[in-house]
Amino acid sequence: MSGLKPPERDPAWWGRLFWLGAALALLWPLLVATEFRPWVLLSAESRAPTARFLAAFVPPATNPEFLWLVARETWRTVAIATAGITLALVVAVPATLMSTRALSVSALSGRMAPLPAALRQAVRWMLVVLRSIPELVWALVFVRVVGLGPTAGVLAIALTYGGMLGKVYADILESGETPATRSLLANGSGRLQAFAYGLLPQNAAELTSYTVYRWECAIRSSVVLGFVGAGGLGQQLDNSTKMFAGSEVATMLLVFVALVALADQVSAWLRRALA
Amino acid sequence: MKQAANTPYRLPPTIFHARSKGLWFGAALLALVSLSFWSLDLQWRAFLSLEAAQSMARFVGEFFPPDLSPAFLRKVAVASWETLAMSALGTLLAAAFGLLLALPASRTHEGDPAHARAPTRLLLNALRAVPELVWAALLLISAGLGPFAGTLALGLHTTGVLGRLFAEAMENSPHAPAEALRAQGVGALRVFLYATLPQVLPQLVSYALYRWENNIRAAAILGVVGAGGLGQLLAFHMGLFQMGKTATVLAAMLLLVAAVDALSYLTRRALSR
Repeated sequence: MSGLKPPERDPAWWGRLFWLGAALALLWPLLVATEFRPWVLLSAESRAPTARFLAAFVPPATNPEFLWLVARETWRTVAIATAGITLALVVAVPATLMSTRALSVSALSGRMAPLPAALRQAVRWMLVVLRSIPELVWALVFVRVVGLGPTAGVLAIALTYGGMLGKVYADILESGETPATRSLLANGSGRLQAFAYGLLPQNAAELTSYTVYRWECAIRSSVVLGFVGAGGLGQQLDNSTKMFAGSEVATMLLVFVALVALADQVSAWLRRALA
Repeated sequence: MKQAANTPYRLPPTIFHARSKGLWFGAALLALVSLSFWSLDLQWRAFLSLEAAQSMARFVGEFFPPDLSPAFLRKVAVASWETLAMSALGTLLAAAFGLLLALPASRTHEGDPAHARAPTRLLLNALRAVPELVWAALLLISAGLGPFAGTLALGLHTTGVLGRLFAEAMENSPHAPAEALRAQGVGALRVFLYATLPQVLPQLVSYALYRWENNIRAAAILGVVGAGGLGQLLAFHMGLFQMGKTATVLAAMLLLVAAVDALSYLTRRALSR
């Protein structure tokens, strides 16, 4: 009864082989476009500086002045992120109130009136534009206008994160239950009252936990913004890398990883406490 | 003793009571925010003055008209393709290495000692904690200027992200099929290939696609530190104050991100149907 004998080989073998081949053929142009030459890493002229740079990593720089500088820059990084998020809220909260469909009075009885619908859509588009330009590009623009310094970083974070927060806040408010809000509106309460007593209590935990999560992301962004001259840990890291000061880079990378882990912990703790 | 008809009204805890958590939290938050604003020497005056508004308007005005000459458009197209290739290859490398690292980072059955789990997770966390741009700045030393450094930087950061997600997916997948094979004496590699992998593959693919979307955005700006793609073109022309060309590059960036968003939205909708 050979018909009942299971096949010796993987029956899908040829198919797998074919798709592997097709994938490799598709991969080729990618390798060309990215100048993918791993052996460059091992060539003599790049091995020597890399080895020297990495050898300088141990021991990390620990002289007091440098540590004091790193501590100050770390605080600046956190401060840029915090100030940025605060200003982002100034953008996001009014935009959310304006764009939330759950707060529409005309939508209570059928379709939303054309003018409010157009206004809501316009605000949404503005938020899309704000958040689809990366914060680094905003920062590059602001550095040209206000000069080097934390102002550019704070504004860049404020605009990008304002767009993100505004969009997600509106989504959160609309995905929840709306009967309480609708009955408040239908009984003649104002939109702000309906928001404060209907929508907000239901969604407060989710809104706060998302804000905390974004604050954590903003800390990472603010390090990156330092690379274009917005100050903080990123700028110092950039300077030290350009001077091949391996031991300073090592210290700052360690501080940075610790900072991100700390922000991670704080944000996880806060979100648990708020849930 | 007679019970009160209504439960007696309870006053909130006093200020210095441990239960006034909300109050203390609010105070700490207020302190953090005001300290942040106070310690940063923010130049609002420079920014909100009439002069700054004029310079901002002039700056934005210089964006128009964007440079649409065929030669420059070709250059932008090449850079866009480079950005796309960087993000795709970086994500692919990350998926491969993430899967490789996810194996030691996951405990798939009860009897698995999983000695390598903690150290591998530490490595993945370290890879993840350093942003792409920082990796790129560091890699420039050994890989030189150009898209190769950017690809590796994307790959390193994303390996940390995907490795961790893959490990969690594998740990959370149903263990019964793997148990059945293991009970028959099948080796660890084949148990993985024929029991664990087929179950988690759709999830792994959707994680990788989601990261690809993120990496396009990252790849577009990586070039600012010299790692190739649209970002390099942007930093170059902005540095030379060639605003028409900068505007074209910015527009290309936005188009690329929007196109990839639309593509991945359609793919996900097709996959979930």
